[in-house]
Amino acid sequence: MGFMDRAAQTVFLSELVAGMGLTLRYMFRSKVTINYPYEKGPLSPRFRGEHVLRRYPNGEERCIACKLCEAVCPAQAITIEAEPREDGSRRTTRYDIDMVKCIYCGFCQEACPVDAIVEGPNFEFATETREELLYDKDKLLANGDRWEIEIAANLSAEAPYR
Amino acid sequence: MIELWDGYVWPTIWIVIKIVLIVGPLLLAVAYLTYAERKVIAAMHLRKGPNVVGPFGLLQPMADGLKLFLKETILPSRANRVVFLIGPMVTFLLSLIAWAVIPFGEGLVLADINVGILYLFAISSLGVYGVIMAGWASNSKYAFLGALRSAAQMVSYEVSMGFVMITVLLCVGSLNVTEIVLAQQGPWGMFGWFWSPLFPMAVIFFISTLAETNRHPFDLPEAEAELVAGFNVEYSAMPFALFYLGEYANMILMAAMTSILFLGGWLPPFDIAPFTWIPGPIWFALKIATCLFVFLWVRATFPRYRYDQLMRLGWKVFLPVSLAAVVIVSGVLIAFDLAPGTS
Amino acid sequence: MIVQGLAFYLFAFIAVAAAVMVISARNPVHSVLFLILTFFNAAALFVLMGAEFLAMILIVVYVGAVAVMFLFVVMMLDINFAELRQGFLQYLPIGGLVGLVLLAELLIILGGWTFAPEAAMGGSAPAPAPETVSNTDALGQLIYTHYFYLFQASGLVLLIAMIGAIVLTHRRRPGVRRQNIGDQLRRHPDESVEVRKVETGRGI
Repeated sequence: MGFMDRAAQTVFLSELVAGMGLTLRYMFRSKVTINYPYEKGPLSPRFRGEHVLRRYPNGEERCIACKLCEAVCPAQAITIEAEPREDGSRRTTRYDIDMVKCIYCGFCQEACPVDAIVEGPNFEFATETREELLYDKDKLLANGDRWEIEIAANLSAEAPYR
Repeated sequence: MIELWDGYVWPTIWIVIKIVLIVGPLLLAVAYLTYAERKVIAAMHLRKGPNVVGPFGLLQPMADGLKLFLKETILPSRANRVVFLIGPMVTFLLSLIAWAVIPFGEGLVLADINVGILYLFAISSLGVYGVIMAGWASNSKYAFLGALRSAAQMVSYEVSMGFVMITVLLCVGSLNVTEIVLAQQGPWGMFGWFWSPLFPMAVIFFISTLAETNRHPFDLPEAEAELVAGFNVEYSAMPFALFYLGEYANMILMAAMTSILFLGGWLPPFDIAPFTWIPGPIWFALKIATCLFVFLWVRATFPRYRYDQLMRLGWKVFLPVSLAAVVIVSGVLIAFDLAPGTS
Repeated sequence: MIVQGLAFYLFAFIAVAAAVMVISARNPVHSVLFLILTFFNAAALFVLMGAEFLAMILIVVYVGAVAVMFLFVVMMLDINFAELRQGFLQYLPIGGLVGLVLLAELLIILGGWTFAPEAAMGGSAPAPAPETVSNTDALGQLIYTHYFYLFQASGLVLLIAMIGAIVLTHRRRPGVRRQNIGDQLRRHPDESVEVRKVETGRGI
């Protein structure tokens, strides 16, 4: 490029004008915004959101209190206490997850031999107080009942890769 | 009694009415400039921008204003209280009083003073005080650095702005703002406005107004990434709102100055039928809006200048070029006997 | 005329009061701010006299540029003013004496001063009558037409002062690496990047 060309480019700010032309072109492109509370982006079946405790179709809770999840949890967010139930089966009396500590790594879900603890597709569980994020067993089971259809679909979609 | 009413009271009331008629729409324009800024920049980022409050988010500026109004004004404990509060007031006041000499149409001006353009220049050169006072009185390092940057920056770019104005004044032969606009009237329509004969000056003037209003890419006084928010870190609620309003009102003012000096003020682009049907104030508003759009467009396009580059541009590029332009323009005017008002 | 009179006394009073505050304010930044207020009121007085050009220039030059620089410097100062004031009483007698001598001299000169009769005539180039031209025009005619060479000479004096200040403070430091924007912009991918095929285990 010759001296005159470069001088002309500098004087007429051609690079700046080219940049502005680019932004002007982009202004008329279609928007990529997802209008969040009303529109949501797609989620992978592997998405690791809020935890749930699942039940069998007959209503029996899946968790057998093996405490593998408690052991594997890197953030030590899970606390489990277990006792035999009246019918002799081993069940948890306490299953707490501190959602503030949880790092959503999904290890508990990997470790669970009966697919009881699963991270569901829900990511909108912000609360106004910290205490509300200390989930107990009732809360987790209720979550499981609410999200069972989605979770079952996700798990069956993921089953071939496990 | 009648004499007192006719001589003093009624003119005062009339002036107050005119002031309200200017300031009211101006503040509304400021509010919607913030909305336009968010929308335009969002569009260039392929986003949607505010669209929740009201239809298309049109009530967003009102919601923002209400929020700022209801918040608590925080005075930093080690701040210099009086100066701290005067700072935003100065910024806001200066951005409003400059409108006294802006003509919205032929004769539609609050004060048609002889040295109108000097008045505008003086007011815009005072804008730096609000920033310096705020930065110093906040007793905070970020704010102080922002204030220092802004002081040096605004003073530097004022110089070249002044010279650019002088080239225009040489072509007009008057300091009166109305006459500056009328001097651009002619058979060539929009190509007779000063932007075409003085094209490089128009560009320099526009870029200097960007620096003068601390807009991108010259927003070093409030560089978010380096100085948190620069001179207004410590401000909240109403004082902050005053800064915000003042800054955007200043943007509109600078756009108005650009329109008057280079884009023919209220004149229609061509002096033929469909264009002359639209009244002058609307043309003026359209020109201001165009300039403001370029302000926003520039913000969405360019990254921030580094400080030494900013100073280099002001002192080593704009100043010599505009100084040379003064000499060249006056030389051409004398050589071809085009100088106006030779007496 | 009553309004003009009232305005004059208002501006004059504020100007004097602010001027007093300039020297009596404890904080130097406040002093500068009061100085700016004084400038402002002086400009307002100019406007009242019908010298609007001077008023605007006063604001543009003094308030818009000079006072900003003052403020700039004063804000950066870190002086313990309590310490500075310690010697105040000690230096008061001699300072007061000097002040008195200056005042007496001024009074003597002013007392014995009369306008030369020809000065009232306006010298060789009388100022144009204010009725015929605006004061911007009048100033222009005086400075750029009648007293052009004197004005240029004073400009030269200022230029020399500026060059002097630069020469005195400028020092050339060897080995400073400066950014040359022209050079940077002139670079082109073709001449600054070279693509080579490197064989495994060889290097260049």
